Amino acid sequence: MNPVVASLTSRSLLGRKRTLVLLLLPLALLALCALARVLAGLDAGIERDLGGRLGPDLLAAFGIAVLMPLLSLIAGTGSIGPEIDEGSIVYLLAKPLNRYSIVVTKLAVAIAVVIAFGVVPIAIAGVVLVGEVGAVAIGFAAGALAAGVAYSAVFLLLAVVTRNAVVIGLIYALIWESLVGGLVPGAQTLSIQQWSLAVVQRVLGDSAGRLGVDAAVGFGTGLVLLTVVTVGATVYAGRRLQTLRLNDDS
Amino acid sequence: MSTLELAQVSRWFGNVVAVNDVTMHLGPGVTGLLGPNGAGKSTLIHMMAGFLSPSAGSVTLDGRPLYRDPEIYRDVGLVPEREEMYDALTGWRFVLANARLHDLPDPEAAARRAIATVDMTEAEERDIRTYSKGMKQRIKMATAIVHDPAVLLLDEPFNGMDPRQRLHLMELLHRLGDQGRTILFSSHILEEVEQIAQRIEVMVAGRHAASGDFRQIRLLMTQRPHQYTIRSSDDRALASAVMAEPSTSGVELVTDSAGGSVVQVQATDFSSFVHALPRVASRHGIRLLEVRPADESLESVFTYLVTR
Repeated sequence: MNPVVASLTSRSLLGRKRTLVLLLLPLALLALCALARVLAGLDAGIERDLGGRLGPDLLAAFGIAVLMPLLSLIAGTGSIGPEIDEGSIVYLLAKPLNRYSIVVTKLAVAIAVVIAFGVVPIAIAGVVLVGEVGAVAIGFAAGALAAGVAYSAVFLLLAVVTRNAVVIGLIYALIWESLVGGLVPGAQTLSIQQWSLAVVQRVLGDSAGRLGVDAAVGFGTGLVLLTVVTVGATVYAGRRLQTLRLNDDS
Repeated sequence: MSTLELAQVSRWFGNVVAVNDVTMHLGPGVTGLLGPNGAGKSTLIHMMAGFLSPSAGSVTLDGRPLYRDPEIYRDVGLVPEREEMYDALTGWRFVLANARLHDLPDPEAAARRAIATVDMTEAEERDIRTYSKGMKQRIKMATAIVHDPAVLLLDEPFNGMDPRQRLHLMELLHRLGDQGRTILFSSHILEEVEQIAQRIEVMVAGRHAASGDFRQIRLLMTQRPHQYTIRSSDDRALASAVMAEPSTSGVELVTDSAGGSVVQVQATDFSSFVHALPRVASRHGIRLLEVRPADESLESVFTYLVTR
C-alpha cells in the first residue's frame, strides 16, 4: 500500500462525472426499499412478505446482482483505466515503486469506494426492509462486501488488460453475472454473484431456507473461489502492469 | 555521471520494425535525438526509459539492463510526450506527490527546488488544468528532476511551445547538461536540436542515420547534392551554360505538365552553385524566371543521410 498512490487514485476516481452514477445507484436502492417499507405500513400482506422472502429477494436481485457489479465496474476500472488511457500512469510507473503495491493500493481504494457506496447502503436497505438490525442486514452486507472485493479485482485487471474494459465489463456483468448467473444452473457455479450469496446464506444460517436464499455453491467452495479470483486477478494485474506498454499519440 | 548504452538494439511490433539495429552511446551532456515523425524516436526513448524491451540487442544504464526494473527510476527522469497529468491537482501538489513517490527524505524541499528550477514557483498554487502548454511542460520537467536524476529523457519537449518558452527550456537543458547529467531529448526540427545539443543522433525510418557534432550533421545536410528546378527566358542556353560550372554535376531539360520546359540542375556544392547561377545567367543575357530547390523537405534530407 502506498499512501500517495491511494490519494492520487481516490482524487481522480471521485473527481470524475462518472462517479455521480456511484451515488445514483445506492440512492435508487434505498428509495426502492423505503417505498416497500411505506407500502408495508399500508398493507399487512406486504408487511408479511417483507419479513419473509420479499426483502431478501430485493437485496439479492438489486443489491448483489445489480448494484455491486455496476459499482465495482465503475470503481475497479476507474481506479486505473483512465490513467492508462490518458497516459498519466507514467508518473506512477516511472518511479521506484513495486508494481504489485500500485495494483493493491488501487484495489484498496476501489474497495473502499464500493463499501461506501454499496455495502453500507445495502446494510441500511436491509435494516429498512426488515425493520431491525439483524441477520438479513448483516448477511447481505457481508455478501455485498465479498462480491465487491472480487468484482473490483476482476474489473481492475480488465482495465489493465484492455482499453475497452468498461464495455467488456458491462457485458460480463449484465449477461454473465445477472442473466446467466441468475438463471442457468450449470453456469451459476462460476458466478461471483452465487459465491457471494453463499456468504449471505452462511450468515443467515438456518433461516436461509425460509428467506429463500439458496446459493448454487456451498460456503467453503464460494469462499475459496472468491479468494482465488481476487488474488489471481490482482497478481496478474500486477504482472501486466510491469510490462504495460505506454501508448503514445504518434 | 551515467552512461546509457544501446547495443545493436532492434524493436519490432508484429511485422513493423520500429527500431532497426541501433547502437548508441550516451554520456553526460545534452544529446539531441533528431528524426522525422515515425522514425522510431519514441520507441527508442521508451526502451531507454525501461518501458519496452528491445526485441534484439541490449539497452543498459551503467551496465544495468533497464527493462522491468523500477529501481532504475532513482537515476532516470522522464518527461513524457503526452500532456495529461493529474489535472485537478495544483502544480505544487503534483510535484510534491512525485517527490513522495520517489520516497525522498525531504520531499517538500525537493519539490520546492524542482519547481524553482523550472521557474514555476509563482504559479505553483494553481490547478494544472489552468496551465498553458508551456507551463505544463515545465511542471512535467519539475516532476522529472525532483529526485535529481543523473539521466533525463525528454520526448518531444518543444512541441507546441512558443519561442519564449522554447528559449527558456533550452537554457534549462543547457544548465542541467552542464551539471554533468546525461540528457537526451527528441525533436524533428534541426534548428531546435542544434541550438542546445552538443551531440546529435539522427534516426530515419528506424535506423541510426548519423551521429556526431551538430556542425558535422549540418555539413552533411548542406553538402548533399541539391536539385533545382529553373525556368528562364532561354532554357536550352541556360542548360548548356550551367553545365560548364564546376558546382554542377548534371543538367536535364524536361517538359513540364503545362507544355513549357524547365531545367533541372543537380548541384554538388550548394553554396557555390547559388552564387554562380545569377552570374552565369547575366553573362549569357538569360532572364531567370523561377529558381526552386526541389525536394527540400526534412524527410528527403534525412533520407539522403541514410542512403549516403
